[in-house]
Amino acid sequence: MSNLIQELKENIIELLNLEEFSVEDINDDDALFGDGLGLDSIDALELMVMLDKDYGIKLTDPKEGKEIFQSIAVLADYIEKNRAK
Amino acid sequence: MTKNIYIESYCTIKNKVVSLNGTPIFSDDTPEFSAFIKQAAKQLNTNYPKFFKMDNLSKLAFLTADILLKNANLSPTKEHNIALLLSNKASSLDTDRKHQNTIIDPDNYYPSPSLFVYTLPNICLGEISIKHKLLSENSFFIFERFNADHLHLNSSYLLNTNKAEKTLCGWVDFDGNNYDAFLYIVGKNGTINHNTEEITRLYNTP
Repeated sequence: MSNLIQELKENIIELLNLEEFSVEDINDDDALFGDGLGLDSIDALELMVMLDKDYGIKLTDPKEGKEIFQSIAVLADYIEKNRAK
Repeated sequence: MTKNIYIESYCTIKNKVVSLNGTPIFSDDTPEFSAFIKQAAKQLNTNYPKFFKMDNLSKLAFLTADILLKNANLSPTKEHNIALLLSNKASSLDTDRKHQNTIIDPDNYYPSPSLFVYTLPNICLGEISIKHKLLSENSFFIFERFNADHLHLNSSYLLNTNKAEKTLCGWVDFDGNNYDAFLYIVGKNGTINHNTEEITRLYNTP
């Protein structure tokens, strides 16, 4: 799990061009949206594409995304349980 | 009624140099545009995290406009009626091609939402307007080459009919690793006459 959390932090920083963040700046339980990393709706769509492309997980219900994208820890847990690749 | 209007200030980003009113304010020999513009934004204190999420055309337009608007010392609490009037040759082709590469292979079909939103040239107008809280007229035109007549005519119309207090206009072109930005503010104050000869002269100034 810790490897996946590290991988997610690195991928999200690069994918979403979070220039002002490094892996060390992101705590596992930090909120991805709002006061945490401050991601926006386009970032949410980009994360959904990442889940499909990198882990074979297709999200169809927007409510599901809201729960999964709470934090890196929650996202990693969901990927562990649902990944197809 | 025709008003006395002037070019108040101008900014260029070309050939690895950022200049304001003819004076270089940043230069870097980095050959790659993405690295060059990132360094320029940091050194010129852009302080806008969303900048790094923009496509290259928007970064070029945004930084050029940001330098001009900051230099204009506008009141942060007052709404400013500054019309935006931009133009280029390559439209958003550079980003269009990048988007195309994400959808060309049916077995690897993953269109990027953050790329797709920049597949129109006028998106850069929105980026400038959001940062500087402009609720003004804006338009983006595509021409084969820099068109001083068009810019002069439209700016004059907007100012003479009181549709805007000032205009921020010019040329912002990006394709591949080639970039060329020349933006200027037109208004009631200044020393450079607002006519096609002066616009062309400033555009061609190295």
